[in-house]
Amino acid sequence: MVSPVLFWVVAALTVVPSLALIFARKAVHIAMSIVCVMVGLAVAYVGLDAPFLGVVQIVVYTGAVMMLFLFVLMLVGVDQRESLKETITGQRWIAFFAAGGMAVLLISIIGRVSIAPQEAQTGNPEEIALVLFGQYVLVMEVLGTLLITAAVGALIMTHTPRLTPRKTQTDLQAARVLAGADPVNKPMPGVFARHNALDAPALDPEGKPIEHSVSRVLEIRDQMSDGEEFRARLESTANPEDHQNPQRSTESEEEK
Amino acid sequence: MQSLIWLAIALPLASSALLLLAGRKADAWGHWVGVAASGGAFLVGLGALLEMLGQPEESRAMVNTLWTFIPGGDLNVDVGLLADPLSITFVLLITFVGTLIHVYSVAYMEHDPDRRRFFAYLNLFVAAMLLLVLADSFLLLFVGWEGVGLASYLLIGFWNSKPEYATAANKAFFVNRIGDIGLIIAMGLMFATFGALDFSTVFAQAPEATTAQLTAIGLMLLVAACGKSAQFPLQSWLGDAMAGPTPVSALIHAATMVTAGVYLIVRSAPIFSGAPDAQVVVAAVGAFTLLLGAFIGMAKDDIKKALAASTMSQIGYMMLAAGLGPIGYAFAIFHLVTHGFFKAGMFLGAGSVMHAMNDQVDMRRYGALRGAMMVTWITFGLGWLAILGVPPFSGYFSKDKIIEAAFVGEGWQPWVFGGAALIGAGLTAFYMSRLFFMTFHGKARWTDDQHPHESPLLMTVPMMILAVGSAFLGLILATGDRFTHWLEPVTGHAEHHDPVLPIPVLIALTLILVAIGAVGAWFKYGRADVPEEAPAASLVTVAARSDFFQDSVNRAVAQRPGQHLTRTLVYLDHAVVDGAVNKQARGWANLGEASRRLQSGQVRSYAATMLVGLVIVAVVIVVGGL
Amino acid sequence: MNPINFVILAAILFSIGSAAVLLRRNAIVAFMGVELMLNAANLALVAFSRIHGQLDGQVMAFFVMVVAAAEVVVGLAIIIAVFRARQTISLDEPAELKG
Repeated sequence: MVSPVLFWVVAALTVVPSLALIFARKAVHIAMSIVCVMVGLAVAYVGLDAPFLGVVQIVVYTGAVMMLFLFVLMLVGVDQRESLKETITGQRWIAFFAAGGMAVLLISIIGRVSIAPQEAQTGNPEEIALVLFGQYVLVMEVLGTLLITAAVGALIMTHTPRLTPRKTQTDLQAARVLAGADPVNKPMPGVFARHNALDAPALDPEGKPIEHSVSRVLEIRDQMSDGEEFRARLESTANPEDHQNPQRSTESEEEK
Repeated sequence: MQSLIWLAIALPLASSALLLLAGRKADAWGHWVGVAASGGAFLVGLGALLEMLGQPEESRAMVNTLWTFIPGGDLNVDVGLLADPLSITFVLLITFVGTLIHVYSVAYMEHDPDRRRFFAYLNLFVAAMLLLVLADSFLLLFVGWEGVGLASYLLIGFWNSKPEYATAANKAFFVNRIGDIGLIIAMGLMFATFGALDFSTVFAQAPEATTAQLTAIGLMLLVAACGKSAQFPLQSWLGDAMAGPTPVSALIHAATMVTAGVYLIVRSAPIFSGAPDAQVVVAAVGAFTLLLGAFIGMAKDDIKKALAASTMSQIGYMMLAAGLGPIGYAFAIFHLVTHGFFKAGMFLGAGSVMHAMNDQVDMRRYGALRGAMMVTWITFGLGWLAILGVPPFSGYFSKDKIIEAAFVGEGWQPWVFGGAALIGAGLTAFYMSRLFFMTFHGKARWTDDQHPHESPLLMTVPMMILAVGSAFLGLILATGDRFTHWLEPVTGHAEHHDPVLPIPVLIALTLILVAIGAVGAWFKYGRADVPEEAPAASLVTVAARSDFFQDSVNRAVAQRPGQHLTRTLVYLDHAVVDGAVNKQARGWANLGEASRRLQSGQVRSYAATMLVGLVIVAVVIVVGGL
Repeated sequence: MNPINFVILAAILFSIGSAAVLLRRNAIVAFMGVELMLNAANLALVAFSRIHGQLDGQVMAFFVMVVAAAEVVVGLAIIIAVFRARQTISLDEPAELKG
């Protein structure tokens, strides 16, 4: 007999997270909920005197399948928030009535049967092994080929053959120049400024700031120092010669 | 030459093809090729005649099978030419008159730019007509029948730049189609009854068929004959057919083609001999048409239309004779031959007059042409005397025999048919004399720009030859019943019957009526002044002037109901036939459209469908307690 | 407690999974719904195995897991291929089958 506590725990552990399939918006959340469901099911298997399957469930589903799902989710873009607004007319009602009807029907059918449970088979997983590699050995072999076929199929499906020769750096540079890029290096930020921080634009020979010498990331983050600010500062020191030379001369005088 | 009779058809046919294909290069000499082809055909016919005359009577018919026309299992039709006295008679008439008219046309059409085409059509006509009379089966006859119809159509509409001429050609073609349908139905009945279409088989089996079958075939043949020979009620096209050049009117619409109906009836004598009812109908149609034509002829002022009405009337005589049975067959053909001569001669004379009068056809603008055109006057006059039936000219021998034959019989028939023929003779005398006097006598009523002159020799010589024929052919052929004996192998020997009135009385009556008609016409149109405009006249005259409203009648009886019928059928076709098909198609299309919407392409919809189906199956299982 | 209750639980999970397949436009999420349905079936199989006291149900469940693993591999590969071709994994996008 199965402990009612176990059943209810398992029921809560599976039904509640699985509802995320219908209501949650983020695919990652759903995947994690399903991982939870899988674990719950593993518990149920153990509770149903099938410890081998429980372990396999953990290994295969939570360990492999769901991780694969997460991996693919990362691949195709994890930040896609799915709108739950229905686009097909009546689809929601059809889904509701079909799924609900399905549940009601199945439960009503199951509720009509009354079976006295037998004693559980003992010796799991040894007995399982005997059955698998005895009675069902041929099926095992066939499933092995199926798995290999699936793996090869997945490889073929995701493999994109290279149709063009690989581009070398020379080719890339030629393409850039053709697209109208500067043939020479951009000025580094801060090189000619009296300010060597990355957020300060470089100055051209005329002393004007070159805005695009600052990294675009800083620009987007709005952390770039304003070019105008530097120009203003530049002009306030109207005659740098006059300002600096006396200082130096005084220093030299002091040294003297 | 009898076995070479195919040459008679081949020569004009080849000439026609040559003239049509040779193009403008043949413009200079093409007409002489046409004349030569026609003349060659005449020589072939003449050779066949001479050979035939040298043979005993029984073996004078000869069939030359050329090749198999339609090898069709139960229906095998050979192309065979039947040269017997009847067909040779026609061959000679067609080729002789045809050749003369060819020669005449060389001069008549001299200034027409399309003279070569004209001769090509004329040759085509001669070939088709010879095929018609020489065919040894109804099917081959039908080929010639259609061929002459085509040639007639082409020649009526020869000046097709004038819309009314083209319309006249169409009209002739359409009316002839009705007759053709009759012939086709007759052939179908023959095939159903006898299983064959060649003359020998059909005529050999004809006595075994029932009267009803023979009557049906005979009536259908009569429809065909009516169409081709312009007999009531299919007479309306002949008057308009005068739109063609005058030599065409002379050759096709007077001498030869229009007599094809008579030929058909006479040729089908074994069928009609088993169908007395059909014979009576033939005779009745002939009698009615001869009076109808005569009345129209009395009212017409257009010289060609008056002659056309006269042609109609004279063919009515022939039909009447043909409807009388064996007693009349030979006379029908006899009258056909003499009529071919004198009517062709008169048409050529009319052409000569028109030639002289700037193509004026209104007789009220003629008058006193005798002085200007002596040759035409004499030749036309001989034709006039011949058609009047004045002894000893041709018409007397042929027409009086028909009148006598019409009076033979029992009950009401001899009185009705004979009376019609007798009255017709008087009317003929009146309207032909009217025509003759209005044209050649009285005061000149010419318009100012007309300067009548005699036609060139090329035109007058054929007229002279035809005039000689009009004058003496009857006498030559009638002497000793030569022509009747000549045709006996075909038409059968007719027992001599006495008319209901003594023959001398009939002759006297006929001549008196003719005299009254001619003298009446002289007083009214010869001596008295003829008004230049047609005066107001009685209702009958007005009706006759408009051909007894034949076009209106046709329109009301045939065209309008036909139009309504076709419109109804078109409507039914659209509404019922097309409607059913289209509605059904639309239904399927709608079904497809509906099922197309099911194919939304949305994977989730498909999944929903699957799940709903699963639920339904589960419901069935649960509710059904399975 | 009777193990048949686990079958009822399996039915509920199956319905939730099928509803997810019908409702979610994200192919990966719908795919997870399919996985949930498979696992519900597995749960039922294991419960039946327990009820009958036989191991065949467990063996079946094991096979289902193997097949499901193969299915996941191929299915995710398809999703990646579709994503490469269309830059989206929405189930509503590929509507080429629209009649």
